[in-house]
Amino acid sequence: MSLISTLARMEAVASGSAQPLATVRHRRISDRPLVLVPLTTAGEAGAPLGALVGTERDAPRLLTVAQPRDRDLRFAFLGELAEAVLPYLDEYADAVEPAERSEADPETGKRVKVTVELCADAPQIVVPSRPGIDFVRLLGRSMRFRRTAEEDPDAAYPAPPRVPLLGRWLTHYGERARVPGSSLLLAATDLLNRHWATGQSSLEDQHLGALLAWIDPPGSLSGADAALHAELDRDPAGQLVCPPAGPATDPAFDNKLLAPAVEAYDRARQALAAAEDGPRAEERLARLTAAEHAIRALLADVMRPTWDSVWHALDLLRELPEGGRVADRWTRDRWSFTGHRDRVRAGEPPQPRHDDAVTAAQKLASRESAQGQLEAQEALDDPLVLAGRRLSGEAFLSEVTEVVMAYSESRRPSPRPLVTVRTDDRPQLGEGVKVYRSLDGKPQSAEFVRYEEDGSPVLRLTDRMGRAKDPAPGSVPEKGDRIAWTLFEHDQRGGPKLPDPEDTPWTHGGPPGADGTPGVGAPDGSGAARGSYGRTGTDAAVGPDPMTEEDFL
Amino acid sequence: MRGNAFEAKVKADGGTELLRLLVERLGGTEPPPGPGAAATPDLSASGPEGRVARTALALREATGSGGWTLLDHPLLALEVAGSPAYLEPDAVVVRPDGRWTVVEIKSFPMIDGSADPSKVGAAARQAAVYVLALERVAARTAGAEVADRVLLVCPRDFSNLPTASVVDVRKQLSVTRRQLARLTRIEDIADTVPEGTTFDLEHCSGDELTAAVDSVPASYAPECLAACELAFHCRARSREADAVEALGRGVRGELGGLTTVASVLAAAHGESGDPRDPTVAALRRAAELRAEALASAAAAPGRTGGGDGRDGPGPAGSLSACEAASTGGTSSSGATTTSTRTRSRAGTGEAAATGHGHGRSASARTES
Ligand code: SF4
Repeated sequence: MSLISTLARMEAVASGSAQPLATVRHRRISDRPLVLVPLTTAGEAGAPLGALVGTERDAPRLLTVAQPRDRDLRFAFLGELAEAVLPYLDEYADAVEPAERSEADPETGKRVKVTVELCADAPQIVVPSRPGIDFVRLLGRSMRFRRTAEEDPDAAYPAPPRVPLLGRWLTHYGERARVPGSSLLLAATDLLNRHWATGQSSLEDQHLGALLAWIDPPGSLSGADAALHAELDRDPAGQLVCPPAGPATDPAFDNKLLAPAVEAYDRARQALAAAEDGPRAEERLARLTAAEHAIRALLADVMRPTWDSVWHALDLLRELPEGGRVADRWTRDRWSFTGHRDRVRAGEPPQPRHDDAVTAAQKLASRESAQGQLEAQEALDDPLVLAGRRLSGEAFLSEVTEVVMAYSESRRPSPRPLVTVRTDDRPQLGEGVKVYRSLDGKPQSAEFVRYEEDGSPVLRLTDRMGRAKDPAPGSVPEKGDRIAWTLFEHDQRGGPKLPDPEDTPWTHGGPPGADGTPGVGAPDGSGAARGSYGRTGTDAAVGPDPMTEEDFL
Repeated sequence: MRGNAFEAKVKADGGTELLRLLVERLGGTEPPPGPGAAATPDLSASGPEGRVARTALALREATGSGGWTLLDHPLLALEVAGSPAYLEPDAVVVRPDGRWTVVEIKSFPMIDGSADPSKVGAAARQAAVYVLALERVAARTAGAEVADRVLLVCPRDFSNLPTASVVDVRKQLSVTRRQLARLTRIEDIADTVPEGTTFDLEHCSGDELTAAVDSVPASYAPECLAACELAFHCRARSREADAVEALGRGVRGELGGLTTVASVLAAAHGESGDPRDPTVAALRRAAELRAEALASAAAAPGRTGGGDGRDGPGPAGSLSACEAASTGGTSSSGATTTSTRTRSRAGTGEAAATGHGHGRSASARTES
């Protein structure tokens, strides 16, 4: 935690309500996000129990698993989830605009510009909390290697149609969520925590109900009091008034409400199986249906507060104006979505179990540069974030006190004006340190020259003044201008050059697929949609998982 | 429950599958024993001391036997803060060469060869304590040696088929050793508690218990919430004391000698503290910068609209943040802060009134 955000937390403690950590919104909130509130079964290592899903806050779609140990019921749940999510993703797949991308020409190997499709917008999935994102990843992993009856008529346990496809998409969204600043898959708690500081610790901030209470308490309660209520209040039956945001459930709910309901369901099912004649079977079927409805009602009740909280969080975030560079990051998300759409359409196999060395290194490098870029963009978009960088000496605000024209000492002299500024900040300037300012949204660089006697730094502008001998109008600051300079670059693109997967050195396992090692993965996060998987992965990489009687997913 | 069923499955057939996994993962010169070839001594005895003695005996016999032995739920004792604590690993395997290996069987899945790192970390810390306890027994057993790598057995992917991986617990061992050595002995703690204090649940009223708990010093941190049943109680006390640790362990580091929220805020807002103290200076600077940034953001045009975020500045307006910051002036003295939140909300006034009277933090809560 930086000192400024620590201070914000303390101010929240003293005031009893959350304090801003940002003055603009640093993530894209879609006009029409898909909200997904999943629950898992206690003691079953992540077996799904139920979910609320949809794009209409007043009409969530309720999906439940009456007996999570039953594979057929779990598969039916996943099939329904696919029916709820895939049409939403499809809606965005065909609205495209032309865009340019540089690609290696297959014949000459040169980089050439090609025009490709870019989806005009991308679907966005919002879950309540970080464990929800992990669960999306787990669901994706469990589904993408499944085989449907159509794909494999001999499969012992064929998956419902479209389940493997949903698995691939959830895997893609889960991976994308690891890229700093991306907005395809978001957790409501992360969104709120980025923009507000509460008077509690970051561990307690993972409780969506308490977090919302600090930011927007109901009635006349203080945020601190409302958060306590959200954490602790139970109804007369001992149930939490604000249930955990999942996917894990509260033990009191599991033991007192869910377990008896599931037992009743199991009994009704056995009774139905044992029914001997028609009329009796009919009556028992009615009882089974009633038992199932009871479970559905229980799960709907326990998920609804979380569902409403996620939408409440989105409301609060929408009140903040979007940061200027958020659209730029969202474009990368659109590339990411479009790239995966293309891979699916090209009939490529699902993402492999393990990334090969080159793909893994690529992902890591692109996440690192995304992190640097995110930090720079947030600081440029938001004076409050910039304040943190000013405090650490990585940026400074200044007023121009003098501009002296000067030129470079080359054959064709270019303008290199010397700008003297006054600042109260304490930037870590030294001989030759480069600084940047934003000029019409593009970075203009300068280098530190010296300190004047009164301590004012002198900077030499080095670019963006045009090709002529006289600098382009507006490209050189004037006396009295107030300018924010940063010591970090505004645009952090590129990274280490990596070999193609086919040329992976033996020190890193050699080319993928050669010895049954994982196939080539889908590089992601670099913004531009990358090429294909290269070759079909080996069976070890994309074959189905072994299935046993007691699987949990 | 899935966990128990899985453990039973792993240990079935005299541990044949378990020992196969162990040899496969840990290697060694001996091949794994066939079905029923490993000894599985009965470890039952009356009382914990009896079971501990029985386990020690079985370990000694196994070490001398030159064969494979699987100890199912042995009981070990370890002295913690001067009192014995009893520990029950899932299994300990004794190899023909006399090496002992701790086996932990967990129900969380290992997917594509890796499991949730936080769960693996917890299992490693747990296993390290078992290794420490075993080392005490091994010290008294000829030819015995305790492996500092333990075998973690988990369900594979989404099935209940077992898979295993080796976890090196050397780091956890040294951490645990250090912590155990540093622990205050229970008698010493008892000496600090008023005469006659008791935590006897059966013979105490709620008030007496609360008073007893309050008489013992506690060092609450938010991590307690996940681990200790007294956490809400300790948190309330910590918050009442206005302790900065209630916000997280790491917070303390940046704050030098300031231990309460009020003292930090007073220092930050120039009401107390020596400005030559680097902590105080950094806090003041942070508070100034924060107030200035909030003021400039509130003053910037187009920033008070709220509502539809899409109306925010587009790419061309992306300069506004820096400009907004600039308009705050390079000199931050006298900057007033207004909230960037524009929603009107009941109770804000009261909330402001509870402030500690710091000019800036109070004004930060005024609705613009
Ligand atoms: S919550 Fe538990 S562990 Fe934490 S300080 Fe209190 S008694 Fe100790």
